[in-house]
Order: sequence, then C-alpha cells, then structure tokens
Amino acid sequence: MVFKHDVVIVGAGLAGLRAALEVTGKGDVALISKVYPTRSHSGAAQGGIAAALGNEEPDSWEWHMYDTVKGGDYLTDQNVAEILARDAPRAVYELEHMGVPFNRMNNGKIAQRAFGGHTRNFGEAAVKRACYAADRSGRVIMDTLYFEAVRKGIRIYPEFQMLDLVFRDGQAAGLIAYETATGELHFFHCRMILLATGGYGKVFKTSSNAFASTGDGVYLPYRAGLPLEDMEFVQFHPTGIHRLGVLISEAARGEGGILRNSQGERFMERHAPTIKDLAPRDMVSRAIAMEIREGRGIGGQDYVHLDLTHLGEKKLEERLSDISSFVRIYLGVDPAREPVPIAPTCHYMMGGIPTSTEGEVLDLQGERVPGLYAAGECSCLSLHGANRLGCNSLLDLVVFGRRAGQKMAGELARLPWQEAPERPGEETARRIARLKEKGTGEKTGVLRAELQEAMTLHCSVFRTEESLQKALACIGELQERYPRVRVDHKGDRFNTDLLEALELECLLGLAEAMVHSALARRESRGAHSREDHMERDDDRFLRHTLVCRRGGRVRVDHKPVTVTRFQPRARTY
Amino acid sequence: MEMQFRIFRHDPQVEAKPHYRSYNVKADPRDRILDCLNRIRWEQDGTLSYRMSCGHGVCGSDGMRINGVCGLACQQLVKDYEGQEVLLEPLPFFPVVKDLVVEMEGFLKRIGEQRPHLMARGDPPEKERLQDPRDRRKVDDVIRCILCACCTGACPVMTRNGDYVGPAALVWAYRYICDSRDSRYRERLKNIDFANGVWSCENFFDCTRACPKKIPVTRCINTLKREAEKLGPR
Repeated sequence: MVFKHDVVIVGAGLAGLRAALEVTGKGDVALISKVYPTRSHSGAAQGGIAAALGNEEPDSWEWHMYDTVKGGDYLTDQNVAEILARDAPRAVYELEHMGVPFNRMNNGKIAQRAFGGHTRNFGEAAVKRACYAADRSGRVIMDTLYFEAVRKGIRIYPEFQMLDLVFRDGQAAGLIAYETATGELHFFHCRMILLATGGYGKVFKTSSNAFASTGDGVYLPYRAGLPLEDMEFVQFHPTGIHRLGVLISEAARGEGGILRNSQGERFMERHAPTIKDLAPRDMVSRAIAMEIREGRGIGGQDYVHLDLTHLGEKKLEERLSDISSFVRIYLGVDPAREPVPIAPTCHYMMGGIPTSTEGEVLDLQGERVPGLYAAGECSCLSLHGANRLGCNSLLDLVVFGRRAGQKMAGELARLPWQEAPERPGEETARRIARLKEKGTGEKTGVLRAELQEAMTLHCSVFRTEESLQKALACIGELQERYPRVRVDHKGDRFNTDLLEALELECLLGLAEAMVHSALARRESRGAHSREDHMERDDDRFLRHTLVCRRGGRVRVDHKPVTVTRFQPRARTY
Repeated sequence: MEMQFRIFRHDPQVEAKPHYRSYNVKADPRDRILDCLNRIRWEQDGTLSYRMSCGHGVCGSDGMRINGVCGLACQQLVKDYEGQEVLLEPLPFFPVVKDLVVEMEGFLKRIGEQRPHLMARGDPPEKERLQDPRDRRKVDDVIRCILCACCTGACPVMTRNGDYVGPAALVWAYRYICDSRDSRYRERLKNIDFANGVWSCENFFDCTRACPKKIPVTRCINTLKREAEKLGPR
C-alpha cells in the first residue's frame, strides 16, 4: 500500500513522540515503530532527567553546560550543550505540566538527586540535578507522551519496520516499511522523515539495550552514502548486572551506593578523589575494567560489587524499587543485605547521524539533506561528545525532539512533495525474496553472535590498533558470509526470522563504521580508550570523526569542534 | 541443564486450528525463559513467533501464559522450572496473530477510554505545579504499569465477560483518579462506575498475583469501588 503523510517519524520513543507532538495540528504527521510504541527503549531509562532547577540546592545552567562539556571530554559542541542546559528547566516543567509523576520534596517541588559527573560550581562537588520518578523515569515520561499523542489523534503504525529510505533529487521522498503482522511492504510517501530509531547496542554481546536496538535508522543513511559522526564513542555503563548486562541505574550511586573490589576497597577513591563513585561513566567503567584486569574482581572473576546495603530497605523501596527487583529476580540477591555483582555493559552510542541543532541531517560537506531529520540516540548533534553524562539523554530527547519537530512544522509551507517512484519497494521485495528462497546457508544467529563476540573482545572499553584490526578482519569476513544467510521462516506473519536477518546487515555496517572511526582516532578521549595512545591529543584530534561509504570503500573525514565558553583542560574529578 | 518446552503454535493464515510443538534446549539455571525461546528460534526453528524487546521486564512485550500462569518470559528463570516440561501459550482470549503473539489493539483501546492523560485545572504555572509528596505516593504503585496485559489475561471474569473493561484499564483509571493534580475526579469515577466497569471485578486476585511489577491491582480496584460508592446512586 501507499500511505501519504507530510511528516513520517520513525521510532516512537521519546524523541519521536516529542517531535510528533510539535508537528501535529500544523501538518499531517504519522509515527511508525518497529515495536509497539510503549515498548520503545526510552522506557528503560531509569535514573532521571537533568535540569538545573535548583530545587534541592543552588544550581545553574552554566554549571550544567560545563559538566556536559567536560563529561564529553571537550568533544562536545559547546553551542549545543548551551542550548541543552538553558532549555532544560523549561523542558522538565513542560513534562510536569503534561502529567509526568516526578518524585517530590516536602515543599511540593520536584525532587532531585545526584548523578554521575553533575557538579556544582564547575566541578567542586556533586550536585542534585536529576529529576526522577523512582527508577522508572523514562517509562513514565514515555507513557505520558504516548497517551498525549493518542489524545491528539496522531496516527501511529505499530510494528512497522523501516527497511529502506527513498530519495529523489537529493531530497527525502519517503520510505519503505514492512508490516510485521502481515508481511506486507508499504511505501510511506512524505515530504519529511524524522529518524528517531535509537541506538545499536546489539553490536555488542553484553548490553543494556533492547533486542530492537539494532540501529536500522543509523545504518540506512550510511548505506545511502551519508556520513556518520563520532562512531568510535560507545558508552559502557559501569553497572550492568553481571553476565546479563541489565542496567542498574547510576541513581544507585547517586543515592549513596559504593563500588568495591575483592578487597572490599572503595576503589573509585583512587580514580576520582573528588566525586569518587559519581565520576562519569567512561572513567568508572575503565576503573572497573582495570580492577578486574589486575585481579581484584570478586573471587578473581570478571565483576566487582555495588554495595547498596547501607541505604536501607525504605530508600531502596521508595527510590530504587525497579533495580532492587531486577537484582532479586536475576541474581537472587537482596540488595538490602548483599552487595550486587556488576560489570560494565554497552549502554549508549554517542555517535550517529550528524545533525544541526534543529535536527536537520547533514552531509559530508555539512550541507542539509532536504527532508531528512534525525533526533535522539540515532543522531549526533554533537552534544555528548566523547562521553554522555547520565540524565542528559532523556533531556536530549525532549529538548532536541521538540526542536526537530518545530523545524519540520516550519518547513511544511516551503518544502515541495517529491514524486513517488514508480514501483516503490521493488528492490526491497527482491531482497526479501532472495533471503526466503535460500534452502541452505548460515543462520543469522550464528553470524550475529560472532560479530558481538568480536566487538566485545576487540572494540569495547579498551582498544589498540591490533585489536581493532582484528575486529575489522572479523567484520569483513562476516560481511562476505552475509549473502549466504538463510531464513527458515517462509511465511508472512510475524516473521522475526526474516527481520533479524535484515537487521544483521545494519549491525555489520555499523560495526564497520565504528571500527574504522576508532582506528582513525589515535588518542584516548572520553569513552574511546586507546592503550597504544593513552593521552588525549587536542592538537591532532580535537575534531569530530565523519565516516562514510563511497564506492564500496570506507572513508574517514573530520570536522571541527565548536568551542565557546570552556577551553579544553585536563579532565580530572 | 536440559529443558523441555511445549509451545502453542498457530498461524491463522495457513491453518484452521492451533497445535503444540515440543522442543528440547540446553540452558543455564540462571537463564530466562526468554533466553530459551531465543535459542529455540535462533538454533532450531526460525518459524516460531513471539514478541520481545528489553528482556528485563520494562517494555512489557513478552507477556504470555507459562505453565498456565500469565507472566513475562524475561522475568521467569529456568531454575524455577527444573524437572518439569514448560508449557508456553499466548495470553488467553486475546486474538492470536501468530503463535505467542496476540492482538493488543482492543486492550489498549480500553485503556485509552480512561483518558490516561492529566486534565488539570487552569493554566499551568510558570514552574512545576506543587504536589505534596504524600499525594504523589498514592500513585507510586500504579505508575509501575508496563501495559504487558498479564493482569487482564489472568482475570477469570474476562473469560466469561469480554465486555469487562479489565484490570489494566482500571489501573490506568486509578492512576489519574488518585493524581492530586487532576481535576476530573468525579467524571473519571463515573466513567468506570457501571456493570462492566469497576463492578465486574469479583476479587479473584489473579491479576494481583500475575502482575510482574507487583502492582496491588485488586486493592486499587476495591479503592475505586469505595470511591464510586461515595458518589451516591448511579
């Protein structure tokens, strides 16, 4: 079928929903989502949303901006961080007005708590800046925006998966989507597309990400020849449940939780003497990896302890009830009595589709791609630089989702329709038919597991030229094997076997972009830690990486970082 | 350990009746039932369909019937099913799309009928509306809802009466009736104060037992009944 809407938003997490609310009423907007809307991964965000409200103690947007820049190891574009920090209080009040059930202080104001890397007076001490609803902040914000979208009658296509972007004369003309329930291919004819498809943590073996986080929306523009930015920067969250990778919010440390090694030592005192366990995530993850490497993992194994026993049952129940239940369910551990085994888990992608502060997708020359927009984790503003601070992602989604929505609404009067192709989806249908026709071949799961294993081994918290070359070789070999992937499920209904085979192409392509970017950055900055180039090198590498595929080859380029208020300095906490 | 599964299979497009298929999988005692499903699909039978996303009980995708009890496949561990065959079926009385995947539209529509969005009085202030933490605590339990439909699938009344709005819709009604910032208390209560509304609940407590987020669903429904009674005769 052909569906026609002015604006099609791909992804119904927070960025997509917030943008849609901005367009509706001004133009015809539709949301498509590969999962049911309320299943989007924004809902897994636990700890909160940052804003210098100053409810609990004095705070200022400038301190927030500084923390964001320093947290990003000065790769953050400072004009973007300024927009974020200045707009944050408005964004949080707006969510409250929509009905988000934030926790409250005794005086009735929104309660706030400490979070990693958020400080007062430019790094003096931790500050309470995170607004939260227990430890399910993302979920309640997403539910609120979702039902707001329903109330406003925004058309939602649940379980429609984008498989191709369609361009005409360099402008976005629409997209091809696969309806999971029926197996039909549809063409969405539109004037503007907003990609809001989230991250791609499933490139790694251990991840806090959902199974749906395969980066389809990041890969498709890359396949179409557009660049991706800062793809080497992958956030490993320090506290994933050992073995599973399920997230234990930084709020656990914000509320007073302490990391300990096999000797019971609070080892973060050595790594970040001022803010200790509340150092930014890249530093804490590295510290944990070093403790484990030096034999101080618990029982010599590959995890350390997160000690919450001193917080008391009441606090755990009131403010950290979801994570307490995860620990009980998956580890059989009562966090009020025993420490929790944790290890770093792939959590967030700083890199993605380069965009302007209005969500416009930018090409290699920095020119806008007409009709194509991106927001949220799939985009790279670059706001989070080399390492994102906790609670800045939910904020990013609502601040920049709104801005993208406003921009698109403004373009409605100007941007013409592009003609639909004659037989849209023909190539996609052929690709699907080829996959289904094959009687023999390899299973998707086998190749995916090999990719995840290789990326985890060679491209995670620590990297070297040698490890990255190994990763690259492995990705190349898997890409050669990919055309031989076979799909068992030949039917039309809910064919996840087929969809996962298609997603594997995305994961492989993104891994390729990540490793090439990581190889090119011969320094250590934020989450990108090169053991063969241990120091940050501002002279050569205070610049963004751009990676793109041109004529079958991967090419790495650069663009400058915007520095306004804060000159790069040594990053200590 | 070796686990045995018997799984409900049905593709309404190609077969009139459902059937069951058995699978054996190797599993670690700490594995989730969802891990076993994935292993079956990835290694043995790609034709099996089910929903999943976050894998840790937050997104609400993988609600199903596990040995007759509604729950999330990602929240059940293999070790708790040692030595028994595990029977996996779709949520009862939800129309089956394929295998363990069910139609969710009707379920969400009933929640939507509760108008689950804040309707406050007057224009919002410049900053946040103030709310007493004691008032805020009244919704602590219900904001855990992840729309997984396990409560509704587990409800014995639903089996008999498909017109009952169901426990999840009532949880969402409660969410806004008990929100001190909302101004439509009376109107919202009236909206559930009818035979197929709050009064269909017969206190079986199956919803409460099934809820993977431990929401005291039945208790909330009983609170709503008391509040509705205070409104006077219908």
